[in-house]
Amino acid sequence: MWSYILKRLLHMIPLLLGVSLLTFLLMALSPGNYFTALLQNPQISPDTVARLKAQFHLDRPWYVQYVFWIKNVLSGNFGYSMAYKISATSLIMARLWNTFLLSFTALIIAWGIAIPLGVWAAVRKDSWVDHACSLFAFVGLSVPDVLLSLLALWFAAATGWFPVGGSESPLNDFLSPAQQFWDHVHHLVLPAIVLAASDLAGIMRRMRSCLLDTLRAEYVTAARARGLGEGWVIYKHALRNAINPLLTIFGYSLASLLSGAFIVENIMAWPGLGRLTVEAFFAKDSYLVVDSVVMATALLVAGNFVADLLLAWSDPRIRLK
Amino acid sequence: METAITIVETPPALSPWRLFWHRLRRRKIALTGGVTLIFLYAVAIFAGFIAPYRYDQISDNAFFHPPVWPGLQGFRLVVPRSEQMPGDFVYRQVSNDTRPLHFFVRGGKYKLLGFIPCSIHLFGTDDDNYPVYLFGADQFGRDIFSRLLYGSQVSLSIGVVGILLSFSLGMIVGGIAGYFAGAADTVIMRFCELIMSIPALYLIISLRNVFPPGMSSSQVYAMIIVILSFIGWASMARVIRGMALSLREQPFILAARSLGQSHLKIIYRHILPNTFSYVIVAATLSVPYYILGEVVLSFLGVGIQEPQASWGLMLNAAQNTEYMQRFPWLLAPGAAIFITVLAFNFLGDGLRDAADAKSL
Repeated sequence: MWSYILKRLLHMIPLLLGVSLLTFLLMALSPGNYFTALLQNPQISPDTVARLKAQFHLDRPWYVQYVFWIKNVLSGNFGYSMAYKISATSLIMARLWNTFLLSFTALIIAWGIAIPLGVWAAVRKDSWVDHACSLFAFVGLSVPDVLLSLLALWFAAATGWFPVGGSESPLNDFLSPAQQFWDHVHHLVLPAIVLAASDLAGIMRRMRSCLLDTLRAEYVTAARARGLGEGWVIYKHALRNAINPLLTIFGYSLASLLSGAFIVENIMAWPGLGRLTVEAFFAKDSYLVVDSVVMATALLVAGNFVADLLLAWSDPRIRLK
Repeated sequence: METAITIVETPPALSPWRLFWHRLRRRKIALTGGVTLIFLYAVAIFAGFIAPYRYDQISDNAFFHPPVWPGLQGFRLVVPRSEQMPGDFVYRQVSNDTRPLHFFVRGGKYKLLGFIPCSIHLFGTDDDNYPVYLFGADQFGRDIFSRLLYGSQVSLSIGVVGILLSFSLGMIVGGIAGYFAGAADTVIMRFCELIMSIPALYLIISLRNVFPPGMSSSQVYAMIIVILSFIGWASMARVIRGMALSLREQPFILAARSLGQSHLKIIYRHILPNTFSYVIVAATLSVPYYILGEVVLSFLGVGIQEPQASWGLMLNAAQNTEYMQRFPWLLAPGAAIFITVLAFNFLGDGLRDAADAKSL
């Protein structure tokens, strides 16, 4: 098991290097940068701009910039955000935490609802429950995240039950710690539900079909023939085996979750990595774009790593490879 | 004594495509999806004719005009008139003031099928004071129904063109990687993994950064397709590569090789056709991702630009919660996206079941 973990960890290093190199190259190819706009500002002399450029090594070719960047990142320094005028490290870390919080909550909600629903639909195959679930799944798979987020905003504005966007109320700083916590939870609920809804349908359908496949297996018939109770057969024998293939889609669902979070963050003003990427993109703050893309990738890669560990833990055949 | 010899006639063997069609025909949901899509694409092709107005036709006294539906008066369809009340975009219908709705009326000029100059519209009124805004008007007083139709030309075609581009690339690259295996395979697959490990929308924004702002509308259109295809080909290449890896060990490939066929011809004639049923199903199920990709780009303001119409760009106007509450018809493009994606999912699901030879 340990050698497997080590192998997977080592595999992540060239991947992240490649991703950072690719995004860096894309940034270098882009026309104009933050200083193009600064140069047009008559209040800032060209000398100042040139000095700033030299300070951030932006007057050097892109591969030299990349070497500087990677050296800094390895020592835990993500550089300086030119648009925000603060250290990019604290900015990125705060946003990374927000995106993680949003995605993780959505993940818990989605799997917490999808698994029981999928089992229910499979056990009551062809009943109205099953049909309602499959209709719900089709609708859920087809509602675009953009529309769902807009509807959620509209819902929040119309009922006043939830705050309209953001991650904390303007008065957050004056609240007691307990109130601050509830304030955050209150802001988190709606975006997390929206994000979970888009993922829920796929997991539920998968759970249903996996359990149905398992229920057709011979050992299930054998267990029934021995007179075991139906509940025991399903939950003790079939479900355990049906969960395994689901762990493989856990990794895929993370990717779609992060892309979904990108949309939800931007529409519902949740200050996460996705929103930061778009803001940095418009401000032409290229280092910040690279930083956030690399961090989002790292989050995804780490998630996949956890998914693989779960799979290796539940299925001994994988560990041996 | 005569022995009766009965000859049992076996029905002629059906071709795989006929079998496929037989299985598909039994899935009503898939057919519903298919028919819906044919309808949507037909409407998109004839958008200029069906839309009563041009996508950029602005009306100064119809900002956020509510939807207007023709009513029956005797045996005629008539359009009521609304007048703007004092206040923020409040309209009131004027009673007993209508104009008949005409079919095949003369209106603004457009190009039918993109090249035939024409000015006949399916329906409309002759008088501009009696507008037919089926889905209301937007913040510039433009007809949302017309913009929806013009926008569908962009949104619907991007999906198909993007799929054609990225899947052909994915098939060729994946076929080469799987067939030759070895070093070429390793390099190509590592690159695919690289692309697939970046969350799609983050990669889209980074790619968007490469293109300059202020491009013409057709350049933007091409740019969106290039961006989406750059991301989409990787997953296709990976699956095709897996199929090619197992196909290259099959006897019929060995036979083709011993007959001296060139490598490229083997990939093109023998390997890729064996992946077609998978490719068609995967393509149908992937089109929504391309449509949604365009929606997100335009929604964020880095895709299709005003005054052009696209579903994502139109949804952008609904981002303002006050507008959304007072003028819910701004969400019409969201409904259009939903119906399109649902239809593709219905059809793709049915195709997948029908392509599975084990299912009956």
